[in-house]
Amino acid sequence: MARYILRRILQGIPLIFIVSLVLFVLMQNMGDPLATMGGRSVTRKEDRERLARQMGLDQPVIVQYLFWLAGNDWSKVDFDGDGLAESYGTRRGVLRGDFGYSLVARQPAMEVIASRIPNTLILMLTSEFIVIVGALLIGVYSALKQYSLLDNLVTTFSFVGYSMPIFFLALSLMYIFAVNFKRWGLPYLPTVGMYDPRVGSTPGQVLLHMILPVAAIAVNSFSAYSRYIRSTMLEALNQDYVRTARSKGLPRREIIFIHALKNASLPIVTIVGLDLPFLLGGALVTERIFAWPGMGRLFIDHVSRGDTPVVMGILMLIAVSVVFFQILTDIVYAWLDPRIRYD
Amino acid sequence: MTETSPAPVSNIAALPLDQLDAPPLTLGRLAWLRFRRHKMALAGMALLGLLILYCVGGGFVFSEKYANYNDTSLALQPPSAAHWFGTDTIGRDILARTIYGGQISLLIGLTAVILEVSAGIVVGALAGYFGGWVDNLLMRFTEAILIIPQIFLLLVMAKFFAGDIPDINFLGREFSGSVIVIVVIIGLTSWPYLARIVRAEFLSLKESEFILAARATGTSTPEIIFLHILPNCIAPIVVSATLGVANAITLEAYISFLGLGVRPPTATWGNMLEGAYNYIESAYWMWLFPGLLILFIVLAINFVGDGLRDALDPRSRAV
Repeated sequence: MARYILRRILQGIPLIFIVSLVLFVLMQNMGDPLATMGGRSVTRKEDRERLARQMGLDQPVIVQYLFWLAGNDWSKVDFDGDGLAESYGTRRGVLRGDFGYSLVARQPAMEVIASRIPNTLILMLTSEFIVIVGALLIGVYSALKQYSLLDNLVTTFSFVGYSMPIFFLALSLMYIFAVNFKRWGLPYLPTVGMYDPRVGSTPGQVLLHMILPVAAIAVNSFSAYSRYIRSTMLEALNQDYVRTARSKGLPRREIIFIHALKNASLPIVTIVGLDLPFLLGGALVTERIFAWPGMGRLFIDHVSRGDTPVVMGILMLIAVSVVFFQILTDIVYAWLDPRIRYD
Repeated sequence: MTETSPAPVSNIAALPLDQLDAPPLTLGRLAWLRFRRHKMALAGMALLGLLILYCVGGGFVFSEKYANYNDTSLALQPPSAAHWFGTDTIGRDILARTIYGGQISLLIGLTAVILEVSAGIVVGALAGYFGGWVDNLLMRFTEAILIIPQIFLLLVMAKFFAGDIPDINFLGREFSGSVIVIVVIIGLTSWPYLARIVRAEFLSLKESEFILAARATGTSTPEIIFLHILPNCIAPIVVSATLGVANAITLEAYISFLGLGVRPPTATWGNMLEGAYNYIESAYWMWLFPGLLILFIVLAINFVGDGLRDALDPRSRAV
């Protein structure tokens, strides 16, 4: 097992390097970082040249990548922008945890990103939790009462929810529960932000502002899970050991929840494990519509302004956690299912 | 014994094919019989037909010039007899724009899938058939693309290619060059899923006996790949290509919605929604109609794809 884990890690590392290199090259055309830095004032041509030299933007892509990766404190760089490399740089590189400075926020990119992670996780983990619990309940029920009215209803409903583009879902929810409820004089839900600035960031406010975005995300991703649980549960219920348990006279409840569900939930562990790292990226569209200050919105805002350090930081964070969770999922799966041995 | 005893005669085998009560069913016929049982798939097919009729037929009612014509004095008009679906922020008719937008959305969906399927088949076939280092290299590459969530990758690539692409003239119509960019980037980021499916099919099929026979008779490698193995894994390809169209239409809508997609005046269902959420209270018609059309087309295609999966590939049940 230890050898297997080691091999997976060794395979994952070059993968991350390749991804980072490709993304870094893609970043080169993201926009003009100097214009982003200048804000509204137009930068003069001489200033632009000096700035480009100071920031190392005049270097070839591969050198820029190397500096981004390993920092530039081991190499002489042009600090005052006069065209001569005279002093050692100050960047320490991604490998040593330095993602550079955000061009927009003028603070370390990692700080900008870290400030958004809790917001995104609150939103995404809540929806994921609701989806898993709901899908387990519905999936097991659908498997037990296959082709019943509720099974058909839920199947159709989740199919529609899955096909619905999330922005349309979000806009419809907003229109019904915020706009029209307000119009009809009913208690209505807030639409944008995390809290009412007049009240402040209290748990109650955040909870209230979370209802609509969580509902949108949950309805959208519900069907994938519930259909999956339904089919693995159906498969488990048709196994011989379930029949044995039945003929032994075990209580029905015990058969369903202990014997069948325990085995049926094994593949679900894989699905959830592989989905978890993607939660970190947040929900781009949902966060944008509901003005939720999470990672997804941070990403959109900084992509459109060409803020490479932050964009690269977010993407690398996701990439590393995806690889990490892939390995972790394999390990957990082998631990849960004694039939699987990696050697 | 001078006469040899007559060979045992079987009633069925002796009959020529056209005299059989029930001639053997072709694969397509079998698939259709199974597809027909899937009521939702039939409904999806009908809905899809209606939507295509709406987009194509509507083109004869309104001209594209009318769809792009704006009159700011008529901005944000609610649905009325003159403008059934109302008008947008600069006074363009939303009904006409959904018709032309639908054409572009469908076009993007179909062409992106053609690109996706070609790339997926080539990568999957090469990796599955040759194995070894080819497989290793191609699959690591596939994994690398799958590490980054598709929508993030799409935004980065949309931004990367968003230079000044000249408008193109195709079938006598002007298209914003960004249409091509969107098609290419959706195609380029969607194929890994298909490549994995094709690879898995190739891995199992290449061990089968008819491939051994083909090899023994000296059939060339490209012929084995494309004429012997590929036709046998057409079912999962057709299913994921169908679902891929819906996916491509949704993705286009997402990027356009986020403002990095197809640029006006060319309309798509996605870019008609861009900024519409600012009018959530005041002008519901701006997002309702394009949004509903996207929902309908995605729903229709997904139902058809689901039916196709049951009809063509009964082994792989929907999960």
